[in-house]
Amino acid sequence: MSAQRLLIVEDDPHIRRFVRTALETEGFTVFEAETVARALIEAASRQPELFIVDLGLPDRDGRELIRELRNWTQAPVIVLSARDREEEKVAALDAGADDYLVKPFGVPELLARVRAQLRRNSANIQPSIPVVCFGEISVDLAGREVSRGGTAVHLTPIEYRLLSALIKSHGRVMTHHQLLMAVWGPNASGRDHYLRVYMGNLRQKLEADPSQPRHFVTELGVGYRLVGVGHEGTGAHGVSRSQAG
Amino acid sequence: MTEQRPDPDRLLEALQAEAMAAARGKLKIFFGACAGVGKTYAMLQAARQKLNEGVDILIGIVETHGRAETGALLEGLPMLPSRKMQYRDKLLAEFDLDAALASKPRLIVVDELAHSNVEGSRHAKRWQDVEELLAAGIDVYTALNVQHLDSLNDVVGSITGVRVRETVPDQVFDVADEVTLVDLPPDELLARLAAGKVYLADAAERAARNFFRKGNLIALRELALRRTADRVDAQMRAYRADRAIANVWQAKERLVVCVGMGSSGEKLVRAAARLAAKLQADWIAVYVETPALQRLPAGRRARVLETLKLAEELGAETATLAGSDAARTLAAYARSRNASKLVIGHRLKASWRRKLLPGLADQLAEQAVELDLYLVGVDDTRAQAGREARGRPARPDWRGYAWATAYVAVTTLLATPLLSVFDLANVVMVFLLAVVGAALRYGRGPGAWAALAAVLSFDFFFVPPRFTFAVSDTQYVLTFALMLGVALVIGQLAAKLRFEADVARQRERRADELAGLARELSGALTTEQIVGTALERLQGVFQARCAVLLPDSHERVRPTTAGQHADGEHELLQADGEIAQWVYDHQQAAGQGTQTLPASPAHYLPLKAPMRTRGVLALQATDPTLLDEPEDRRLLEACAAQVALALERVHFVEVAQDALVSMEGERLRNGLLTAVSHDLRTPLTALVGLADTLGREGLSEASRQELTLAVGDKARGMAELVGKLLDMARLQSGAVELRRDWHSLEEVLGSARRQLDVVLADHRVVSQLPPDLPLCEFDPVLLERVLVNLLDNAAKYTPAGSEICIRAQHRGDLLRVVVEDNGPGLPDGREERLFGKFERGDNESALPGVGLGLAICRAIIEAHGGRIHAENRSEGGARFVFTLPLGTPPSMAEAELAPN
Repeated sequence: MSAQRLLIVEDDPHIRRFVRTALETEGFTVFEAETVARALIEAASRQPELFIVDLGLPDRDGRELIRELRNWTQAPVIVLSARDREEEKVAALDAGADDYLVKPFGVPELLARVRAQLRRNSANIQPSIPVVCFGEISVDLAGREVSRGGTAVHLTPIEYRLLSALIKSHGRVMTHHQLLMAVWGPNASGRDHYLRVYMGNLRQKLEADPSQPRHFVTELGVGYRLVGVGHEGTGAHGVSRSQAG
Repeated sequence: MTEQRPDPDRLLEALQAEAMAAARGKLKIFFGACAGVGKTYAMLQAARQKLNEGVDILIGIVETHGRAETGALLEGLPMLPSRKMQYRDKLLAEFDLDAALASKPRLIVVDELAHSNVEGSRHAKRWQDVEELLAAGIDVYTALNVQHLDSLNDVVGSITGVRVRETVPDQVFDVADEVTLVDLPPDELLARLAAGKVYLADAAERAARNFFRKGNLIALRELALRRTADRVDAQMRAYRADRAIANVWQAKERLVVCVGMGSSGEKLVRAAARLAAKLQADWIAVYVETPALQRLPAGRRARVLETLKLAEELGAETATLAGSDAARTLAAYARSRNASKLVIGHRLKASWRRKLLPGLADQLAEQAVELDLYLVGVDDTRAQAGREARGRPARPDWRGYAWATAYVAVTTLLATPLLSVFDLANVVMVFLLAVVGAALRYGRGPGAWAALAAVLSFDFFFVPPRFTFAVSDTQYVLTFALMLGVALVIGQLAAKLRFEADVARQRERRADELAGLARELSGALTTEQIVGTALERLQGVFQARCAVLLPDSHERVRPTTAGQHADGEHELLQADGEIAQWVYDHQQAAGQGTQTLPASPAHYLPLKAPMRTRGVLALQATDPTLLDEPEDRRLLEACAAQVALALERVHFVEVAQDALVSMEGERLRNGLLTAVSHDLRTPLTALVGLADTLGREGLSEASRQELTLAVGDKARGMAELVGKLLDMARLQSGAVELRRDWHSLEEVLGSARRQLDVVLADHRVVSQLPPDLPLCEFDPVLLERVLVNLLDNAAKYTPAGSEICIRAQHRGDLLRVVVEDNGPGLPDGREERLFGKFERGDNESALPGVGLGLAICRAIIEAHGGRIHAENRSEGGARFVFTLPLGTPPSMAEAELAPN
C-alpha cells in the first residue's frame, strides 16, 4: 500500500512546517498550498485522501474551498482555525467538513484526528456488514437490534433512528441541524432540545457513566460525534475502499 | 473717563457676532429705487469680476427679461439649472436651493431677493433660501428694490398707489454685509423706459407706466438713498462703538406698540418698526384683549393675530394681554417691561366726544405720565370697515339669549305667588337677581337682554293694570328706568367679572400645565421617560398628536417609540423626517404656522437646550388655529424648552456615568496590564530561554527531551491564559450575546470534564446528577467555561488524589450546582473577594493564571440571572455553589411524531 496523500492548506509557514513534519514522520505523503486557488490545483492534480484546511486564507474563505471540494470528492476534510466561535464551526461543518481543530492544537491531537478520519473513510459502513460494534455495544443494523455487553437493550424508534444516524457518520461531527434533519426531518429545525433529551436517553441506556460519555461525545454548541466505532478491530475494519472521485 | 471703556458685554456680543459672521457667508445686496435701474447688470458685472479673480462662482437664478446686454454678461458664467415646479396648470422655473447647497460654491448669485416661492417649496420666500445659503457659508449676491422693504412697503404704497405683496424683512437688509446702491437719475430711467430697455410684463404695463411717473421716481430714489444713508450711518456708529470713540452708552430703549382695535394694525406696526429701527430699540407688539375686544367676530380677531405675526416678522416680540381696562393694562405692562415709549393708533374725534369718551391716548396720558406717547394717525376708511365688521358679530350665541329669557320667565313664575305677600318694590329685586345670574353665566349680551326682558315682564305681569304694557301710575316709569339702568350696570359688572375670571383661569391652566410638566420631567431618569412624559402631557394640553425626534450618533433625527400607548389611545404623529431634520439642523421652527414649509400639517420646533439642540418636537393640533395665539405658542415653546432641558440633564447624567465607568475601567485595565505583563512575560522568558538552550550543540538526548516537554508545558499554560483573557475581554466588551437554549447540565459537564481530562487525571471526580434533572435554559459554551474554571481551580488548589464532587439539584424554580473538594479550603474571609478580577487565593502563589477564572464565572452566571458564591465546607475543603433559574422547558410532545 503506497503512502496516503494529504494536502495541507494553510498560509502560516510555521504551522505548515510542523504539521508537515509531524505527518511525514507518520509516513504520510504531504502536499502544501497557501491559497484556495493553489489548493484547488493541488487537489485536482494530487488527488489527496485527506485535506487539512485553515479557514482564514489570504485569497478566499476556507469554507468556499470545502464547498468546491465537496463537489467532486468525499475525502475527509479537517478544519484548522483560530476562530473558536461555535457558529463558525457549525458553518464549516455544514459546508462539508468532517472535523475541526481549534488553534492552538497539539500534534498528538492532530495525528489522532487524521488517523480517525482516514480509518472512518476506509471503514464506511457497508450494507454487507450489518453489525457495528463500539465498546461493549453492538448494533445489528439489519435486525435493528442493540445489545450492551450481550444483553438486549430496548430503544424507542426515535432513539434507534438517532443512533443509526450517528453510526452512519461515525467519527465525524454531526451538527444539530444535520442530526435533526436525519431523525425528525425538515420540520424539526430549531428544536435542538429534542436532541438533548434523546441523546441523554441513549447515554443512560448505552454509556457506563452518562456524565462522562466515551462514545456519544458532545461538541458543545456544535453537535455530536460518535467515537470508538471499529476501534477494536471489529466490524468493517480492513474493507478497502476505492479512490474517491 | 470710565465712559471710554466699551461695555464688556457689548464687546463680547460683537465678538460673537464676528465669529458667527466668519462662519456665515457674506450677503451683498444690490439695492435700487425701482425696476430698471440696472441692479442685475451691476450684480453680474461684479460676479464676472469675481470670476476673473478665480472665485468659485455660480449663478443660482437670474432673470434677464430678455435684455441682450444683461444676457451677454451671463455668457461663460456657470449656471445652476432651475427647478421646474408645477403650479396649478403652469410649469414654473424656481431656484433650486438643494442643488445650490449641494454644489457649495464660494459665491452664488440669486436675483430678486423679494421673490415669493411657488407653493410647495421649502421656504415661502426667497430671502429665506438666501438665509440658508448664508448659514451654509456661501456668499450671496442679490438684488432688491426699495419698495420691497417691509417697513417702507406702506410708505411706497401711499406714494405710488401701487402696493407690492412681496416684501423682505428689514432685518435682512440691515444685517447684510454690504449694500451697494445702484442709482440712476429719474430722467435717464425714463429715457431708458421710453427706449424699451426696461422690462415690463404686458399685463401690468399700464399700471406700471402709471408707476413710472417722474414724481414717483424721485420719491423712490430719495427713499432708497435715505435708507442706504441710514445704513451707512448705523455702520458709522457701530464703528465708533467698536473703537470706543463714542462715550455714551445708553441703556437700550424699549418700545411698546398697542395693536388694540385691529383696524389700523398694519400701519401702526410698520410705523413702530421704523421708529424702533431709528431708535435702535427693542420693541414689543401687544394686543390687549378687553371684554369689548373679545366680542369681536372671529375674522377680526384673526386679523389682529395676523398683525401680531407681521410685527414678529419685523422683529418685534409679541404678547397678548388680558384686562378690562386697556389703558391701565397697557401702562402696567409697559412699566413691567421697562418700556419708555408707547405707540398707539389715534383717530381724530370731535372735541365733545373726546370729553365724553376719552380715547386710549387720553387715558394713557392721564395714567402713565412717565411714558412717551407716540400717536399714529389712523386711516379713516379702514376704521369704517372695522366699524362695519363690528356691526355684525360672527356667531351670536343664541342659546345664551334663550337661557336669559328662560331666567326671566322662571323668575316671573316664582314672583307671582310672592306678589300676594310682598310689595312690588321687593319683587323688582328678584328680577335683578335673575339679570345678574344671566350676565354671570352668559356674558354681556344676554345680560342686557335679560335686563330688558325683566323690565318688560315686570311691567306686563306685575304693574297694574296687569297683563298690559300700559301703566296706570306714572311713578312706575321711573321704576322701569331705574330698574333697567341698575340691571344693565350690574349685568355689565357681572360679565366683566366673569371675563376676568375666565382669563385668570386660562392663565392658571397654562401655568399649571407648565408646572406639571416641569415636575414630571424633573422625576424622569431616562430619555424614554422624558419622551413619554412629554408626549402624554403635550397631547393633553394642546389636544394634538405629537412626536419627539431625537438625533442618533450621525446627527440624523429619528422618531422615538417611547411613550407609545399599547391601547393606541394616543396615536403618535407620523412626523416628516426631512422637515424634522431641517428643523434640527437650523434650530428653527418649521411647518404649519411658520414661514418655512407652512403647507405641512404639523408644526415642528427644535428642542433647544443651553448647550445644543437635543431633538425636534412635532405637533399636529386638532385645531389648526391653535398656534396663531401667541400665548399658546409661548406655552408650547416653554414646554419644548422644559423637555429640552430635561433631555440635556439626562444626557449629562449619562456622560457623568460613562466617565465613572471609564475611570473604573481605567483602574481595571491598569490592574490587568500589571497582572498580564507578569503572567505572560514569565512563560515567554522561559520559552525563549528554552528554545535558545535547545538550539545549542552538545546537549544530551535526555535533557533535550526534558526541555522540549518544558516548552510544550509553558506554551500550553500561555494558551490557557490567553483563552481566559479573551473570554473576559469578550464578556466585558458586552459583545457576548447569550445564546440560550434548553440544554442538559449532564452534557455540558461531560464536555467540561473531557476538556480537563489531563488536568483532572490525578483527582477523583465524582458527579452526582439526579437522572430526572430537567433541561435548563442557558448558553452551553459559557456554562462550560464556568464548570471548566471551577473544576480547574479545584484541581489546581488541591493536592493530587483529592476528591472533587459535582452535585446538582433542582429546587423550586432554581437549578443549584455545587462543585466541592476536600482540599485545604479557601483563605478565611476572602471568599467573596475571590470573584474580583486578578484575585488569587494566595498572592504569592507560583501557579499560573491571573485570577480571572472566578471573575469570568461570576460574569457568566450573573448574565444568566443566577448567583454564585464560595464557602468553606465544615468538614474541610472549598465549596462553590451557583444557581440558575430553571424556567419551563419546551414541550417534547411532538418529538415522537417523526416522519418515517
